[in-house]
Amino acid sequence: MSVLIFADQFQGKIKKSALEAVQYGAKVAQQLGTTATALVLGEVAAEELALPGQYGAAKVLHVADARLNELETGVAAKIIAEAVGKEDAGVVIFSHNFSGRAIAPQLSARLKAGLVAGAIALPDTSNGFVVKKNVFSGKAFANVNITSPKKIVSVLPNTFSLENTGGTATVEPFAATISDSDFRVKPLKVETVSGEVPLTEAEIVVSGGRGLKGPENWGLVEDLAHALGAATACSRPVADADWRPHHEHVGQTGFTVRPNLYVAIGISGAIQHLAGVNGSKVIVVINKDPEAPFFKAADYGIVGDAFEVVPKLTEAVKKYKGIS
Amino acid sequence: MKILVCISKTPDTTAKIAFTDNNTKFSEAGVQFIINPYDEWYALVRALELKESGGATAVHLITVGGADTEPVIRKALALGGDEAFRVNADSQDSYFIASQIAAHARQENYDMILTGKETIDYNGSSIGGMVAALLDIPYVSIASKLDLNGSTATLKREIEGGEEVCEVSLPVVISCQKGMAEARIPNMRGIMAARTKPLKVIEPEQVETLTSIVSFELPPAKAGVKMIAPENVEELVKLLHDEAKVI
Ligand SMILES: Cc1cc2nc3c(=O)[nH]c(=O)nc-3n(C[C@H](O)[C@H](O)[C@H](O)COP(=O)(O)OP(=O)(O)OC[C@H]3O[C@@H](n4cnc5c(N)ncnc54)[C@H](O)[C@@H]3O)c2cc1C
Ligand SMILES: Nc1ncnc2c1ncn2[C@@H]1O[C@H](COP(=O)(O)O)[C@@H](O)[C@H]1O
Repeated sequence: MSVLIFADQFQGKIKKSALEAVQYGAKVAQQLGTTATALVLGEVAAEELALPGQYGAAKVLHVADARLNELETGVAAKIIAEAVGKEDAGVVIFSHNFSGRAIAPQLSARLKAGLVAGAIALPDTSNGFVVKKNVFSGKAFANVNITSPKKIVSVLPNTFSLENTGGTATVEPFAATISDSDFRVKPLKVETVSGEVPLTEAEIVVSGGRGLKGPENWGLVEDLAHALGAATACSRPVADADWRPHHEHVGQTGFTVRPNLYVAIGISGAIQHLAGVNGSKVIVVINKDPEAPFFKAADYGIVGDAFEVVPKLTEAVKKYKGIS
Repeated sequence: MKILVCISKTPDTTAKIAFTDNNTKFSEAGVQFIINPYDEWYALVRALELKESGGATAVHLITVGGADTEPVIRKALALGGDEAFRVNADSQDSYFIASQIAAHARQENYDMILTGKETIDYNGSSIGGMVAALLDIPYVSIASKLDLNGSTATLKREIEGGEEVCEVSLPVVISCQKGMAEARIPNMRGIMAARTKPLKVIEPEQVETLTSIVSFELPPAKAGVKMIAPENVEELVKLLHDEAKVI
């Protein structure tokens, strides 16, 4: 019995969220007294294949097939099912990123293996296999027991901080049995998300709402984000009005982010907005209305006009970081 | 060309979240229930648009749930679904729900099955992928655009690090998010028509569950906000470094 982790890559790079899954899987393996194997699909460089070892994997299975450079989630589920047999895996770990959300349920149905999607803690194995996950869009947690013999867990991104152990894993080529007819979804074009830091992987997020009055004022948000090395986000009305692209919209109906620091500028803090950000470790709110509901969910607050406060804050951050 | 839209019932987004029975049950006291927003705004409306433009001939709805889900499914009929099916079972296990949907789909041979991106209560993002695997048909998850050209669908989907435009032959299962369509409000005619549209109750298949919820918890309360004067932004930077340790 071993633990298998799907470590997805995008354009040849193993994602940070995938390494979080590897680290989680290695800890589960340790808990169960076994070892962790990471599975990588597609052509990637040797230094990328070394990464899972640094986060606790003992072995990397590599399917170096150019057809897998872009992810076809049904094919991935098929290969993972084969790897589960080969490695005699009892537990399979994914990141609850876009890849994991597509593949893990397909694997679950294939293997009749119970799935907990979006885990935020290691399993409690003292009485079953109980995994804690977010429910009600972060407003509560559920403890879910996986009762089937084989178990699948997808790990909520940005929940566990990465610690490089300096370990190494043996790399083993894996010739999975797939044929051209397995590739049923054909990619035509990939558009990479613009912006310096991808939102769902960012450690710091600076977000703007309707209080900024119009798209022409977003320089304010971008300058602060730049100084902090942060990604930018926005509230829903801002994306709906096309002031910002829809992939920046966070909240109940947009993305969920869980950065270390979330800075909300001119956002009122409606419950649907909070649902997407309340997992953040520290929240800073800048709003001219002292009654804005967001202050109730904040760790630090400034009551003031964003057009005055934010440029000053950007300067203070630059000074602190020694950027002029 | 027949489309099946999976409809789930969720508490209204502003509902107070509380639990009863020793934290094992969601407290429904005073809670309004709605159609899960992703199912309604994106999956259902896009299916209706495909029918209106002549790409699809029928839009069926399915929900797995007790009789208390009927108001929600009637609303989906009022928006324009043609026929609804309710699998009469209460279960929180995704595999159980997906198996019921797949069993019904096998009978009806749908060309397209649409789900929401996720339910806003359970947040599983799981049902669509499970249904696809159970039926052994392709799955496109978290799609923000869907166009139909004969028996080929062109989609835009969210991937790690970007968006992908892809193409797939029907039948297919698709999970839908923002971008796919604009929300609609049911009109009086739709509401009247929904009263007489068929809503068939099906008894569930025998399916084992793979997971069970042991208990719920509420997150610990925030310590309270620390206010900083607007002329004192340096103080905030210092606190974020020394106290919060996030920069
Ligand atoms: C089912 C449903 C789902 C939803 N999903 C989402 C979602 O996913 N994400 C989301 O964000 N919303 C969502 N909403 C909308 C949500 O309810 C709010 O309407 C929205 O979040 C408000 O956006 P806002 O804070 O930018 O704007 P507003 O509510 O207009 O707030 C603007 C804020 O800016 C402040 N302000 C104004 N001028 C200044 C200034 N000069 N300096 C500083 N502050 C200033 C004001 O005091 C105010 O607090 C959803 C709603 C529903 C019904
Ligand atoms: N009980 C249910 N009956 C019918 N469809 C459902 C049910 N639960 C979830 N779904 C569908 O599956 C999608 C994803 O749900 P989930 O996997 O729970 O996040 C939802 O958006 C619905 O379209």
